[in-house]
Amino acid sequence: MAGDYNPMELMICLAARYLEDGATVVVGTGAPCAAAMLAQRLHAPNLTIMFEAGGVAPILPTMPISVGDSRTFWRALMATSMDDIMSFCQKGMVDYTFLGGAQVDMYGNINSTMIGTDYARPRVRFPGSGGANDLGSLCWRTMMITPQDRRRFVPKCNFVTTPGYLTGPGAREAAGLPPGTGPYKVITNLCVIGFDEETKRMRVESLHPGITREQVQENTGFELLWADDLGRSQPPTAEELQVLRTEVDPYRYIIGR
Amino acid sequence: MQEAQPGGTQPLFMTPDVDAARQHFRAKPKGMVDKVTTVSEAVARLIHDGDYIAIGGFGANRIPTAVLHEIVRQGRRHLGVSGHTATHDFQILAAGGCMDRCDVAYVVGLEARGLSRVSRRLFEDGGIQATEWTNAALAWRYRAAAMGIPFIPARNMLGTDTLRYSAAKVITCPYTGVKLVALPALYPDVAIIHVHRADRYGNCQIDGINVADNDLARAAKRVIITAERLVPTEHFRREPHRTAIPFFCVDAVIEVPYGSYPGNMPYEYFSDEEHLREWLAAEEDPATFRQFLDRYIYGTRDFNEYLELCGGIEKLRRLRAQEWLVERPNSA
Repeated sequence: MAGDYNPMELMICLAARYLEDGATVVVGTGAPCAAAMLAQRLHAPNLTIMFEAGGVAPILPTMPISVGDSRTFWRALMATSMDDIMSFCQKGMVDYTFLGGAQVDMYGNINSTMIGTDYARPRVRFPGSGGANDLGSLCWRTMMITPQDRRRFVPKCNFVTTPGYLTGPGAREAAGLPPGTGPYKVITNLCVIGFDEETKRMRVESLHPGITREQVQENTGFELLWADDLGRSQPPTAEELQVLRTEVDPYRYIIGR
Repeated sequence: MQEAQPGGTQPLFMTPDVDAARQHFRAKPKGMVDKVTTVSEAVARLIHDGDYIAIGGFGANRIPTAVLHEIVRQGRRHLGVSGHTATHDFQILAAGGCMDRCDVAYVVGLEARGLSRVSRRLFEDGGIQATEWTNAALAWRYRAAAMGIPFIPARNMLGTDTLRYSAAKVITCPYTGVKLVALPALYPDVAIIHVHRADRYGNCQIDGINVADNDLARAAKRVIITAERLVPTEHFRREPHRTAIPFFCVDAVIEVPYGSYPGNMPYEYFSDEEHLREWLAAEEDPATFRQFLDRYIYGTRDFNEYLELCGGIEKLRRLRAQEWLVERPNSA
């Protein structure tokens, strides 16, 4: 049974495993929220989930539609403000966050603002930062769950909405961002990517079952680094899938995509 | 696009002049007077062409829909808007062609629901002047204004194009030497906030997250409150620790039951995902969208007519049941 899963289910299970018990995480809607809920129901019962609009430690009854809807503080321990949540991030109390975007480069810089070259007349306008820049600047470790293709994994973002490692080693610190923060893992439909200590560039850590190095590189618009001990991503266990399908997302809002 | 920049290059729409703000707040009437009025009177009196407005709640959660519809019906133009997770609220104002400038944190999207074509076009066709910020930046800009200080230092935005296309400046901390972004105080001309309970004088309670509304109500020069329920002042005296907004910040109070519809109102009713889908779909074709707006906004006299058109009491009963998970939750 564990052999039968879709890419979204795999990505959610892989992401969930990085969230340890006792950690704090700010999540959005969709896959990151599912990953946090799954972690909480398996190995991390004391994972504290927060939402940028003010929800703290809810018992999520179902997938939120908005990071500010009433699900995000359902049976919560606190319903507070955006200022409060972002201040927790800024003072160093939030371990993880998850972000997405239209483009990401080899340093994990993310674009969720626009496609095009003229800010005043973008070819495609996207929502902008929302809380992404804040979370990617201020949380300790930033993760992404994203489909991987050349349109999205680009040599250079048209607009850097949210800082990854900017132009490389030392650039975040030079810009004034809190030291020790930055991108941590990028979990795609093909592989798990980390960041090389020295160059701060994306480095593939494990390939998903059935995926080759060539496939991963073909779907990336820049040159990837490869871990010496390149491994295979561990597929979801039967228990992970069961909890994901029956408790976390029974209506298949996310895993049915 | 990204290179070392001392600060942002885009316009600062509202001055962080704290002494001018003090003069305004000194002159503001602060007596306990009856402020109950109608939506149309409040919009006519308090929101003028060219004003800069800020909307409470969070996009499609606890939003003052009735006032937004009325702004469109009264044909306000050249409004500046604080786009602090502006989703359905922004969509309404974009439909009405009411805006010409925007402090952007989150616009044109409706989170998991998709993107608004009409809102996107506004930016892509250069129909609106934009300055980039972030959700925390706008929340903290309200905070600075609420505190009466010209800027607040923070550690977000640094090193990015978000900073470059903002109006923020970068400063060095006089104590520690760390680099900081200086976020200028934002004093909107008008804040419009939907709350759970208010009295006739403007004291307000908000249940659940307040997002940035405690600060917004203190930052804005004029404040319009819509409330699910009007309650006696005694209600506030029994539990003063629960007052989110005090009467002396407020200029108008209107009782609007189901006032956040089709948005979510915590502990009251969930968002109407069917109607929000219908809205997004209608935007795909200009003629269809014109009919849609004629039906729901221009052709209605007030918010109650809109609620009736959208399914009336039976629809609202269902959304209440969904809020409490008595019926199957809706999805985007």
